[in-house]
Amino acid sequence: MIYVFFGIIIVAIVLAMIRLILGPTTPDRVVALDTLTTISTALLVLLGLFFERFIYIDVALIYAVLGFVGVLTVARYFEGGL
Amino acid sequence: MSKFIFSFIVYFAFWVAFTSTLRTDEVLAGAIVALLMSWLTGQHFSETGMKNLSPRKLWYAFLYLFVFLWEMLKANVDVARRVIMPKIPINPGIVEVPTKLQSNIAKLALANSITLTPGTLTVDIIDDKLYIHWIDVRTEEPEEAFRQISGVFEKYIKEIFE
Amino acid sequence: METVLNIIGYTLTSVGVVFLFFGALGILRMPDVYNRMQAGTKATTLGAFGTILGVGFINPEWFFKTAIIAAFILISNPISSHALARGSHKIGIKLWQKKDIDHYARAEATLQEQEGDGE
Repeated sequence: MIYVFFGIIIVAIVLAMIRLILGPTTPDRVVALDTLTTISTALLVLLGLFFERFIYIDVALIYAVLGFVGVLTVARYFEGGL
Repeated sequence: MSKFIFSFIVYFAFWVAFTSTLRTDEVLAGAIVALLMSWLTGQHFSETGMKNLSPRKLWYAFLYLFVFLWEMLKANVDVARRVIMPKIPINPGIVEVPTKLQSNIAKLALANSITLTPGTLTVDIIDDKLYIHWIDVRTEEPEEAFRQISGVFEKYIKEIFE
Repeated sequence: METVLNIIGYTLTSVGVVFLFFGALGILRMPDVYNRMQAGTKATTLGAFGTILGVGFINPEWFFKTAIIAAFILISNPISSHALARGSHKIGIKLWQKKDIDHYARAEATLQEQEGDGE
């Protein structure tokens, strides 16, 4: 069951990657990156379940926070406030 | 004082949730840290203090959770439909929607709720007007748009945050 | 009891993973930035929410922590997409549209005029 989840998530990551490479504008890429962050957070939690390691949950939490701050920083940069 | 107690309760609840145990030493350490943090930051943590935990507000928050999750599920089915069948005609635009909410936190909750419901995305809030990107614009009238987009949420959010 | 929790958990996780996939597909297929943002934010938010909470149900000792991560994603994802939408509007990315419906541009223009008068 859990291998199916991993398969679907990998396909999703590849799709978002294609958008990340294609662009065509910078906001497109940042949106793709934001999506990738969210998907990776879910993937980390699933990996925690798979390896039965509690520490992966902490990593997922910090990753979610850092990804959020990163996207906010880029958005601020677009507005010229940085 | 009520702000201090409220922030202490929130911090302590977070500590217990993070450590996920009820061992005496963990709980004791959490209580000390929460006490210290609420002494340092409690005055700025909230604007209304213990009023936030009144049973009436908690009950509305509980109801709102279900309303919100249901709307979010509908939104996602809608998105999935549009993604699978790109031929569905779309007519995007940014419309103006008025709101009667006053406090910042209430506006934030409203904007977040709107973003997660079918076909709408909050772009900006200027004073008491929300600017919403709508994937399929049905009306340009602010009042009518208010009824269709944010009417459901606003009365719950008013009860919870104001 | 354990089987019930497992069934709930695996159902939630499956739904979540499927919506994560739809989110990524939406990012690829929608016509412009704002529509991509809509698909991306909504679908991945519910997707991550379902997946993470589902893991919490499968492994009940982790429930509170996973609930915190899920709640954080629920709050932070709309905020970041809102900030991005505003930013891309500010740098002048146009909407993909047939008719010209953009009340925000008008409001922004009047706001800038007022600021100009104030100075």
